[in-house]
Amino acid sequence: MKKRFGKNDFIFFGIIVILLIGILVWFYILRPTSGDSVTITIDGEVYGVYSLEEEQEIPIPNKNGEISNILLISSGKAKMIEADCPDKLCMNQNSIYRNNENIVCLPNRVVVTVTSKESDEIDAIAK
Amino acid sequence: MRLMQSQSSFRKKTAYMGLFLALSLICSYVEVLIPINFGIPGVKLGLTNIVIVLTMYCIGEKEALGISVLRILLSGLLFGNLFSVLFSLAGGILSFFVMVVGKRFLKLKCIAVSTSGGIAHNVGQLLVAAFVVDNFSVFYYIPVLIVSGVLTGLLIGIIAQELVLRIGKLIKF
Repeated sequence: MKKRFGKNDFIFFGIIVILLIGILVWFYILRPTSGDSVTITIDGEVYGVYSLEEEQEIPIPNKNGEISNILLISSGKAKMIEADCPDKLCMNQNSIYRNNENIVCLPNRVVVTVTSKESDEIDAIAK
Repeated sequence: MRLMQSQSSFRKKTAYMGLFLALSLICSYVEVLIPINFGIPGVKLGLTNIVIVLTMYCIGEKEALGISVLRILLSGLLFGNLFSVLFSLAGGILSFFVMVVGKRFLKLKCIAVSTSGGIAHNVGQLLVAAFVVDNFSVFYYIPVLIVSGVLTGLLIGIIAQELVLRIGKLIKF
């Protein structure tokens, strides 16, 4: 036992346990509720806001104007169904619908984030 | 005589480092083959960290950094692309420095060092992602990535610790 854990290791794991408890609290209590729209940004600039309630397919262009990604919105959830990059990480990601959840396509610098009007109002009041 | 001895130990060290580099490349390849998809990009097992931690404790920190960087460049060229290299480099270098701090200044043992490295690796990747897309909303996933970093880091750390205790003495120059 002594070979594997010293005094500092116990302190370290104590901190890790506290961190994990904090994350559990966030997960079960503070986790955001469902959002009602998605915001698509390309290279940090807002490309468009789309409602999650409408069933739709949104083609997303890259800087050259070619369609690089396609986002599908169905039954209140958004999912990337097309990407022209080689590793398709964004397509492997689960559907998103909670506030602030997002899908990122790094090669095309596309970020899809769930937003809601209510939380925007709260933010506006807080500001 | 002494010169000869130092030469032979240099040769042995070179051979060991080549061996470890090859081992870490095999680990990256095995990881590419694992088809598990966790639903969130960036969640990986981190098998190569076994080799990095082993090198760090049995050979030295500088050597571990060398193996880590070479492995990322080579495995990026072999199985990935420019983006995967960028990502792995950020994660690999940040986790390396966190592990060195843990090992040298806090005198942590393998399991704790590997756990801190796992967390740092994921945080580093997230930082690059946020920087590339110019959007900090990706930090929504930081809790999930920390949990996955702790779990994979613990697992890898336990394996590395047992290896260091069992075969560490055999690696001598």
